[in-house]
Amino acid sequence: MQPATDLPDRRTLLNDLWAIQLEKRHISDQGIKTLAARYQISEVEIEGVVSFYHFFHRQPTGQYTIYVNNSVTAVHSGMGAVISAFEEATGARIGQTDPTGTFGLYETSCIGLCDLEPACLINFQPFTHLTPQKVKALVWQLRRGVPVEQLANPIPQHLRYQLPPDRAVLLRPFVPGETLKPLLQLDPEEVLSTLEASGLRGMGGAFFPVGKKWRLCREQPGNEKYILCNADEGEPGTFKDRMLLQYLPGLVIEGMIHAAYATGAAEGWIYLRAEYRWLLPELEAAVAAYYDRGWLGAQIPAKTPFRFDIHIQLGAGAYVCGEETAMMNSLEGLRGEPRVRTYFPVERGYRQKPTVVNNVETFAAAARVLEVGAERFAALGTPQMKGTRLLSIAGDCERPGIYEIEWGTRLAEVLDWAGAKSTLAVQISGPSGQCIDPNYGDSCFDWDDLRCGGAVTIFNTQRDLLQILRNFSNFFAEESCGVCTPCRAGNFIFTRKLDKLAKGLGRADDYVEIQNWSNIMRQTSRCGLGRAATHALLTAMEHFPGYFSRYFTPNGVAGAQPFDLEAAVSDYRETVNKTLGTTKTN
Amino acid sequence: MAKAVSIQIDGIEVQAEEGQNLVDAIRGAGVFIPSLCYYEHIQPPLGTCRVCTVLVNGKPTASCTATVKPGMKVVTQTKELEDVRKGMVEMLFAEGNHFCPACEKSGDCDLQGLGYRLGVTATRFPHLFVNRLIDYRPERMVIDHNRCIRCRRCVEEVHTDAGKAVFSFVNRGKDTEVAIDYKAETELTEAQALQAMHLCPVGAILVRGKSLARPVGERKYDQPGQGWEKEEGAIEVPAPKPGAPKKVVATTSLAGCFGCHMSLLDIDEELLDVVELVDFNKSPITDVKAFEGRCDVGIIEGGCCNSENVEVLRAFREHCDILIGVGECAIWGGLPAMRNFIPIEECLLEAYGRTTELEDSKVVIPKHEDLPELLDRVYGCQEIVRMDYFIPGCPPDARHIWKVLKHALFGQPYALTHEEFKYD
Ligand SMILES: Cc1cc2nc3c(=O)[nH]c(=O)nc-3n(C[C@H](O)[C@H](O)[C@H](O)COP(=O)(O)O)c2cc1C
Ligand code: SF4
Ligand code: SF4
Ligand code: SF4
Ligand code: FES
Repeated sequence: MQPATDLPDRRTLLNDLWAIQLEKRHISDQGIKTLAARYQISEVEIEGVVSFYHFFHRQPTGQYTIYVNNSVTAVHSGMGAVISAFEEATGARIGQTDPTGTFGLYETSCIGLCDLEPACLINFQPFTHLTPQKVKALVWQLRRGVPVEQLANPIPQHLRYQLPPDRAVLLRPFVPGETLKPLLQLDPEEVLSTLEASGLRGMGGAFFPVGKKWRLCREQPGNEKYILCNADEGEPGTFKDRMLLQYLPGLVIEGMIHAAYATGAAEGWIYLRAEYRWLLPELEAAVAAYYDRGWLGAQIPAKTPFRFDIHIQLGAGAYVCGEETAMMNSLEGLRGEPRVRTYFPVERGYRQKPTVVNNVETFAAAARVLEVGAERFAALGTPQMKGTRLLSIAGDCERPGIYEIEWGTRLAEVLDWAGAKSTLAVQISGPSGQCIDPNYGDSCFDWDDLRCGGAVTIFNTQRDLLQILRNFSNFFAEESCGVCTPCRAGNFIFTRKLDKLAKGLGRADDYVEIQNWSNIMRQTSRCGLGRAATHALLTAMEHFPGYFSRYFTPNGVAGAQPFDLEAAVSDYRETVNKTLGTTKTN
Repeated sequence: MAKAVSIQIDGIEVQAEEGQNLVDAIRGAGVFIPSLCYYEHIQPPLGTCRVCTVLVNGKPTASCTATVKPGMKVVTQTKELEDVRKGMVEMLFAEGNHFCPACEKSGDCDLQGLGYRLGVTATRFPHLFVNRLIDYRPERMVIDHNRCIRCRRCVEEVHTDAGKAVFSFVNRGKDTEVAIDYKAETELTEAQALQAMHLCPVGAILVRGKSLARPVGERKYDQPGQGWEKEEGAIEVPAPKPGAPKKVVATTSLAGCFGCHMSLLDIDEELLDVVELVDFNKSPITDVKAFEGRCDVGIIEGGCCNSENVEVLRAFREHCDILIGVGECAIWGGLPAMRNFIPIEECLLEAYGRTTELEDSKVVIPKHEDLPELLDRVYGCQEIVRMDYFIPGCPPDARHIWKVLKHALFGQPYALTHEEFKYD
């Protein structure tokens, strides 16, 4: 689970696998053998890593590998027709390649383009606002040999709401190096106290105070410490980190430099989800530019000059790798399973050394705190949630995109800015968050109300809640790391339960059962994935009590369970009909 | 020597070693806490099964992943926690395919032992019935994925002399399973292979020719375990009040083998008491085919594999005040549910579509209005109607059936013994 130190360093395994995958379009038996020999480990261990990440394939994936996003927003904006169009145009069936091996067509979890759905990746280049016509034209051009990069869509910044200049924190003009200037005057200790005074909390979902986390890391003994930037942004419906990495990479890098200065870490990693591979060249260029200016490397100017290097590691398709300890395992070339919580990452993290993990937006905000000052930052927001937050708004609204809001803003206001009409439900923080009725009470974005992780996904009254919840449930069943019982088996069991409800075979008792089962998963799951997996379902049932009862069958004969006898015997009848008059085989 | 510190377990101050694994500390204090994946010398602990969940300072925690810290407050025994832990064990049964009567490890299996210990008669979750591999490719071993609980012990512990892992997890999410390295497996010594079989808490790793070592009666969980209630003497059957109407019992065998009915008859001389006290309506014992009125108790053997089973079961529910499912088949499908992994078309063609004769003959799958129609899979009774009690076993112990029956008929309390509560 955690690396034995006597094994050869596996940190390069993911990159080696990527090289094979991209060149050969799959990872062959031979590839596995070669790598097993190189790392001196069993083939089954390589197999274990390969099969963990969904962008590594053991079967060929075609010269053009197409991943169509299947998140709920994509489904609502016409994913089905887009997939059919791809199937028709390429000759590949979903999940396979076409017979000539030119195209491979796959579904994948959210690719972080929910403001531009339906969208797909072709050879990891983004294609957005797809329609069946567009798909046809696209495939035709690919067949003619037009390079994928040339056809890929530019991705707009989609800034839809910006705070006035005196209140904006993240979305204000950025001059590279500007946030680093204060370091010339400050000790690491002063950086820490500035952050503590600002009240800035992590933006990746757990909301741990940033200054405190960095201080805990600083206080650990030893010189080998790490800064990890969590750019895995896997929560469906979230795309704010993508915008930051594309349009403000310098701000994120500067935040990491502050963290390094404050903690004494000399090495940092950006763990970039593979869905954002198309951002890699620009991101690498941005890092290189910081080296050129001397803001990264051996002698970074500061009151006490210091060393800091940043590397980028590409993920390979696994939502759970956004969990910080899973990410560390992944960086170490292992399966991305969350670790047992015997230590905090600031005590023993990456390579068992003290490690700070922060979200992309957290680093960006930390840099801004140094720039605008703790006081100004702390004056924004609410007593418990200082400052601002980026929202990724998508779904049924006129203006999907990025919004910078002050903590304390009301949901109704935000929906209004976004142009949401006849809204049925709003999903806050993606599938692991809450599914709420916006007309119910006056919710606002705050600590004990909507503690939003960044995603706001809007569903109008045309949408089918149960279909949405089934989409979430399938997501968790696929994306669970599988290591602990409640999440691996529990999510699977929930998909079956919801299938049953959808068939109209539910009962009023299902309410109670769903609560009991969810409680079991929440109390026993090893990490946040399993603990939050039924959150949307529970909150939806709470906010829309009347909605679910239409799926319930009234109990017939006293004590009989809803059971569809006709459906249960239909396979038998079909087989009888199909085999009538056929001859036995031996 | 580690420092002794004081911690609270269920409100009682106890001494434990600082840094000691919490499972050991809890057990050291004489409190029962289940575990499956916990293996003392694996560090860091595996923490995969989650059956050892307790509250540490108010926070749900897998106790094997925590260590003793001075002043920590541990809660192990609340109704909710007990239900949650039991739920974990039930989930493992629902996820895998556990046909205990046909399992080499039965009686020595930790999962089964915990099922007994926690009194799991039926799982609250639907069985998933995923078709899982039985891997015969390894030279010395057989890996039965139906039974693997993904505890990870083999992954961490089994290495060749050259230090190579023999097992690894593969895939992700609901498809996560353990896989064996065929090449590394051949490099294991006999002793290492046996060690792998023994450290597997269930019957997923078998070494060919070595898996049926202990005779029934001498297996690990044949004997009463820690904390099992002892039988509290024979239960007196009340003499029927003069003139009181006899209780009416109906029984049926659905998709079962009549083994449970044989066990029912095994009550021996007590059967005579039963006859004094009850009338049998609709039962293979009396061959009464239709219900003649209301029954106090209905006893069901077998699950539902065809349309007739469903109708009979519904009729039982309609006519009986109390329904008792007897045996594994009634509870979740049991051995007949082995067909649940195979599409019905394949089952039917195997039975009616193959021939060894030379001449051509036609496929004739029986179908007639008088014949029941096959269901797509075998269903446990509780999927069709609400059930009141379940008696596990294949077949259940006769004394167990009798105690439950008496309880249901006369409302008498009963205590089960370890020997009576079995899945095989
Ligand atoms: C299943 C799961 C997925 C997560 N995904 C992300 C993610 O994509 N990005 C992220 O920043 N944090 C994610 N987190 C939270 C991280 O574990 C961690 O708390 C966070 O990166 C810390 O950064 P912060 O303090 O800046 O928020 C995830 C957590 C869980 C349990
Ligand atoms: S809760 Fe889910 S994702 Fe987290 S460790 Fe358990 S199985 Fe893995
Ligand atoms: S004995 Fe254990 S491993 Fe075997 S079938 Fe029963 S529960 Fe499963
Ligand atoms: S094979 Fe046995 S030891 Fe290995 S993970 Fe499965 S249950 Fe555990
Ligand atoms: S025994 Fe603690 S998690 Fe398995």
